[in-house]
Amino acid sequence: MSKGILYDATMCIGCKQCEQACATENGLPYDDKIAAQDVTSAHKYTTVLTKDDKFMRKLCMNCDDPACASVCPVGALKKTALGPVTYDKHKCMGCRYCMAACPFGVPKYEWDRAVPGVRKCIMCSPRVAAGKPTACAEICPTGATKFGDRDELLKEARKRIEDNPGTYLPHIYGETEVGGTSVLLLSSLDFQKFGYRNDLTERALPLYTYQVLSRIPDFVPIFGVLLGGVYWITHRREDVAEAEGQEKDKDRHSTQDQGGAR
Amino acid sequence: MTLPKFRFTFWKAVFLVIMAAGVYATYVRFAKGLGASTNLSDQFPWGLWIGFDVMCGVMLAAGGFTLTAAVEIFNIKRWHSIMRPTILTAFMGYLLVCAALMYDLGLPWNIWHPLIMRNPHSVMFEVAYCVMLYTTVLALEFSPILFEHLGWKRALKAVRSIMIVLVILGVLLSTLHQSSLGTLYLIMPNKLHAFWYSPLLPVFFFISAIAVGLAMIIFESSMSSKYFGRELELPILRDMGRVLVVVLAIYGILRFEDLLHRGVLHLVFVPGYEQGLFLVEIFLSVLIPLALLMFPKVLNSAHGLYLVAVLTLLGFVTNRLNIAITGVENAVGARYTPKWTEVVITAMFVALGFAIFGFVARFLPIFPEEKAHLPAIRKVTGVRAEVAVPVHAGD
Repeated sequence: MSKGILYDATMCIGCKQCEQACATENGLPYDDKIAAQDVTSAHKYTTVLTKDDKFMRKLCMNCDDPACASVCPVGALKKTALGPVTYDKHKCMGCRYCMAACPFGVPKYEWDRAVPGVRKCIMCSPRVAAGKPTACAEICPTGATKFGDRDELLKEARKRIEDNPGTYLPHIYGETEVGGTSVLLLSSLDFQKFGYRNDLTERALPLYTYQVLSRIPDFVPIFGVLLGGVYWITHRREDVAEAEGQEKDKDRHSTQDQGGAR
Repeated sequence: MTLPKFRFTFWKAVFLVIMAAGVYATYVRFAKGLGASTNLSDQFPWGLWIGFDVMCGVMLAAGGFTLTAAVEIFNIKRWHSIMRPTILTAFMGYLLVCAALMYDLGLPWNIWHPLIMRNPHSVMFEVAYCVMLYTTVLALEFSPILFEHLGWKRALKAVRSIMIVLVILGVLLSTLHQSSLGTLYLIMPNKLHAFWYSPLLPVFFFISAIAVGLAMIIFESSMSSKYFGRELELPILRDMGRVLVVVLAIYGILRFEDLLHRGVLHLVFVPGYEQGLFLVEIFLSVLIPLALLMFPKVLNSAHGLYLVAVLTLLGFVTNRLNIAITGVENAVGARYTPKWTEVVITAMFVALGFAIFGFVARFLPIFPEEKAHLPAIRKVTGVRAEVAVPVHAGD
């Protein structure tokens, strides 16, 4: 069963304990200065945004069919069966196609390091594999960040919207965006106000490239034979022309012989 | 062949200055990392080195597969005399692309990883394989020139015997990765501006590669004639110009149809940053060259063809940079201008391209003239070449 995170912005109090727990779990520094940063970065995998009295978390959405994993030429990024999208620096060659392809702008780079890697929330993959919730969900004092089976969380999110139609926007962000994500968001305020795009396709992004790539195995033999065929025809014409030319030469010579000196 | 005396010219001075700056920029890049040497950021992970050095580099080397296909497969013999310089341009282009990639990759020493860590769903994986294989093919296509010079008859014979396989393989691989550089962007439907994001991106990249290949042949021949004092092969360049008309017309019509059917044609009339650069691209790459080539005066003059070639090249370079940079700026909410180190490295690779071409052309038998008086370079006589000519559709 695939795991997921349900973040309910209406229950969030903006205490940022999830930020701290995330930093501890991933061995990252955390202090007041970092707490004040409102963008995720190579040293901050999640951040709590504030808009008036409303909050919203930013973290890797851990897509069901992630663009980053699909584009990675060496398979350094992977979607695990449990839900997290993991990263293996030992495989990475640093092409940064994952960063270019991610529709949420999640993967960050260690620009100032001589041996840089990609950095992002991996949904606490080792914890999840051990049957534990993510660090952010475990620490959350109000239950705004909840960890569980994605299907169950989706049901619960639907129920919350149904029960309190006045409180929530009728939109579970991540249910269908780019084919669905492991992280689901509920909010009373337009997601766009926090930088979440409302115009994302519902189609899984890897399908856009796969519809071209999947044709290559057919294309190679067909085009190869076609080129070989053209080569054969054009050179065959040459041979024929040469043979005919020789015959003509012969004819001409023979007529000349017969006609003698005119 | 005697060595010319070394003279210190203006261009040599420029070259040395660029190289010196390039060496320093190289030090900054590898000692201090990408952050210190580029203006790349988390919003802008790809900049000038991907946009120009890789995307334009591969495109500018497209003359190799275009001409080998025409001469070896379509058997258009009268273009044979420009094969060698064109293959040299292509081979050098790919080597420079590979070298430039080492600067852009965060962990360049892992560049061999795709060999054993395969992800066939990744366009980048496919590009990596094709470029690797095609560079090998180009090395083999180039090798007869070297073998001939060294007098290695056995090796020469061996390579010639598999040449047609190499040529077909080369055309196949080129078709695949030239178009795949466009496929790379298909995964960004919500990122790349509507002027450039199209399901036809792979097709556009392929057709424009052919156009650029033809323009590069004209450009390179013109330069060679200027700097090596070679006689310009105007009839061949005129042919290139004629084929270019057809290719550009097809490309232009497809771009127009594409904008029309995606319902974004009206954006062309909405003033803005993207609109400006889009118009620059379209005018330089398609409209002005096509208009110029309509005049027989242009088509029949070396200067006219050279002008058309330069405009076309600039136009398609703008196209690639628009896709790599302009088209994503709005979506990621950041502007990108390359840092001096990025510009210097790019300039270094361009300068190296010119220098290596000049160097190789001086020492290896690249141009047919040196052997023009010798009989039977090719087994073919003039009579048959005439017969074989009308095969090509764009002729």
